[in-house]
Amino acid sequence: MTPFRNSLPLKSYYFGLIALLYLPIVVLFLFSINANTFLSFPLQGLTLEWYQKLLASEALVRSARASVIVALGSSLAATVLGTMVALLMIRYRFRSKGLLVALATLPLIVPYIVLAVALFLLFSVLNIDRSLWTVGVAHTIVALPYVLLIVGSRLAGFDASLEEAAMDLGANYPTTLRRIVIPMIAPAMVSAWLTAFTVSFDEFALALFLAGTQPTFPVYLYGQLRFANRLPIMIALAVLLMIGTLTLVLIAERVRRAE
Amino acid sequence: MTSTPIRPSPPGDDAVTLHHFLKKMVEGWGGGLDRRATFWILYLPPLLWLGAFFLIPLLLMFAYSFRPDMRGDFFQLWQPSLNQYIKLASTGSYWRLLWTSTQMAFFISVSAILLSYPISYFLAFHAGQRVGFYLVLLLVPFWTSYLLRVMAWKLMLGTEGVINSFLIYMGLIQEPLTALLYNRNAVVLTLIYVWIPFAALPILAALQRIDRSLFEAAADLGARPIHQFLRITLPLSLPGVLAAFFMVFIPTVGEYVTPLLVGGSRGSMYGNIIQDFFTKAANWPFGSAMSMVMLTGTLILVAIATRLINLKDLLE
Repeated sequence: MTPFRNSLPLKSYYFGLIALLYLPIVVLFLFSINANTFLSFPLQGLTLEWYQKLLASEALVRSARASVIVALGSSLAATVLGTMVALLMIRYRFRSKGLLVALATLPLIVPYIVLAVALFLLFSVLNIDRSLWTVGVAHTIVALPYVLLIVGSRLAGFDASLEEAAMDLGANYPTTLRRIVIPMIAPAMVSAWLTAFTVSFDEFALALFLAGTQPTFPVYLYGQLRFANRLPIMIALAVLLMIGTLTLVLIAERVRRAE
Repeated sequence: MTSTPIRPSPPGDDAVTLHHFLKKMVEGWGGGLDRRATFWILYLPPLLWLGAFFLIPLLLMFAYSFRPDMRGDFFQLWQPSLNQYIKLASTGSYWRLLWTSTQMAFFISVSAILLSYPISYFLAFHAGQRVGFYLVLLLVPFWTSYLLRVMAWKLMLGTEGVINSFLIYMGLIQEPLTALLYNRNAVVLTLIYVWIPFAALPILAALQRIDRSLFEAAADLGARPIHQFLRITLPLSLPGVLAAFFMVFIPTVGEYVTPLLVGGSRGSMYGNIIQDFFTKAANWPFGSAMSMVMLTGTLILVAIATRLINLKDLLE
């Protein structure tokens, strides 16, 4: 029993808003198969030309590859580091725990522009050239809180008595971690890793400040927005990548919920 | 999951595979370690990483905001000064922009909440078995690339964009409307759109926690649906609404990408000016001071938010 038994108005509202939410995405897709270089109604004709031209654009493909590399590296590092913090947060007691957990969650809150500027200063002062490495480092920082939350909540759901039993039976702590704890939280780690990957892959605010001569895909896309005739090709790749990241997120959700 | 099956090695097969070798190595390495030693192995890497690439950069920015100017090496001795803060405090336009950004963020958060509340309500009470599917359907736009969704709005709002060409095609207007893109309204519209699914989540979590028997009790006592909503549902969902507000408001104040794409020079927010001082204007000390103001403001907001909301309640 809930108030307002008639659900039709609410349902219509839900689907109306859903339609609005999908509208820009549909526009992007239409734009990528539209024969004209700008999107206007009525459509002039449909084409797959932009998708064919995609692979011929070397700089574009290189930027996409750069994004994949950065996302792979930073998501792996974030998963390892975030899992370490999660283990400490749930399974250990120590004086500086509050500080460490605060430090690991704050990147979620600090505005990206502030973090971008701060890292920009760090690399400038240390005379480190900006590159894909500096972008990757920034992405580990912003992806770490996601890993901590996902792995931490999974870990909190498990009774520590399993680990105690293993240790009572003579396993040392590293063995217990490897044989009991890690297998237990493995699905959460996979989900966290995929989440971290997509966080990095889409990230623009930090990358714009920290990418050197080799842009990641979002930075390259931003740079190309001025050239209207290049836009359909960019959008075509964007649509493909969007499908790719969306698949990853859906897999991550599946893995997380399958527990 | 609780027991690992013990696989006997095939008889006569003494070859050391790489997997075996690595396993032996790790076991040997971990053999002498107790829980305390493992603690340090788990503790030091994240601490050092976060220290080097999160804490130190922020402290560096703090230090930089006290530099009188850009001249000279950072590591050489320099006289700290409050010049940047004095300049910032005495220039009205920066405060006005910060205030405008705050107002925009407030309007955006409230709008996103108002628009997403009915959705959360529908999902919590009327979606039935299909709630999982409906939720995913709502979240897919949120999971697609942020930059692309913002760019899609640029394509829709531009002079040769979807909305203009559609209106011209329909014969409603003759000349394209130029007021759609590159102003504050475009930024506000785009950000409300971006945040709707996100704002729905904490509200949904709060609604799902409401004990359904409360409604039966209220109905038994003769409360009409509208009163049930006002006296039970709304008050009990307020923690979720508050959480949604802060989850949208805090990142929106610090926004600089959306104004960059759809705002143009007339739609700039405070974050865009910070960006300018590190790129075009190249005045890092002043940009650092502006950045410190934003960081401090954000941390104060978070402190207020954590006082008002019990985060653990919502995460469960």
